[in-house]
Amino acid sequence: MSRADELQAFLARIPFAATLGLRCEVHGNEMTTTLPFSEHLIGNPALPALHGGAIGAFLEITAVAQAYLSGPSAGLPKPIDLTIDYLRAGRAEDLFARAVIRKQGTRMTSVRAEAWQTDRAKPVAALRAQFLMEAPEAPAAD
Amino acid sequence: MADPPSSKAEIMRKHAHMIMTAVPWARTLGFEMVSIDEARAVGKVAWREDLVGDPASGVLAGGVITGLLDNLCGVAVGAALKEFRSLATLDLRIDYMRPATRGETVWAEAECYHVTRSIAFCRATAFHGEDRARIVAAATGTFALNNPSRWAGGGFAKAVAADKAET
Repeated sequence: MSRADELQAFLARIPFAATLGLRCEVHGNEMTTTLPFSEHLIGNPALPALHGGAIGAFLEITAVAQAYLSGPSAGLPKPIDLTIDYLRAGRAEDLFARAVIRKQGTRMTSVRAEAWQTDRAKPVAALRAQFLMEAPEAPAAD
Repeated sequence: MADPPSSKAEIMRKHAHMIMTAVPWARTLGFEMVSIDEARAVGKVAWREDLVGDPASGVLAGGVITGLLDNLCGVAVGAALKEFRSLATLDLRIDYMRPATRGETVWAEAECYHVTRSIAFCRATAFHGEDRARIVAAATGTFALNNPSRWAGGGFAKAVAADKAET
């Protein structure tokens, strides 16, 4: 199974990804996630605007997925810390995101991710996160 | 005789049951308010299968903790202000200290420790055990305060207004 297929299988098994409604498209080692708009993602019904927590959760899973796709981690990368900058209100529309690996280490990986709606040049939010990678099983010595 | 003027925190306490239910994402994840004091808010989220981020261990997704801390910071800011204003999260930093274990409720407390004319500063922690014995995550966040306008206070202000109209 390719790493991309492994990732899709992984995401399909994460209950919270389904609760969010997250979808993921992988082409080689490049990945775009989509958070289709849904009423349950709203934080401010008067605007309406997406909840900052929903946007943050979407960016975090996007970063986890990219770290998994790009790295040798056996299990899901575990977040150590993350910072989210909220740049624009998330409108009641689909949200897209992409993540970039800034540094791939054997134990730690640094990732940046950005989410946008109609215009990629106008990001809604940006994330910077560090993940702890689960070491892949050592090849059997023979 | 008119009722004595009640504090903002008091009004929020009175309508505490609506603070989370008026926000769809908070309702979806099952966030509950526990207490509201001036510039301080305590809430919790019960462990649920559909909030799990790692199916192998049953650990809650980081995004659930992020959402709870973000939301409670917002409530703490609301309780620190004298009038209802709409808030927008500017940034949020989360440190994850310990995974949120299968079957265990996550409690969280947020404090708004400084307010300027346009910005509110918060810190918050999430923990297991009502006694706060085991810290799960810590957060700091800044919030932009917008002038009272057509969308002031968002869902909560609307819900309070609707509640007042009914009673």
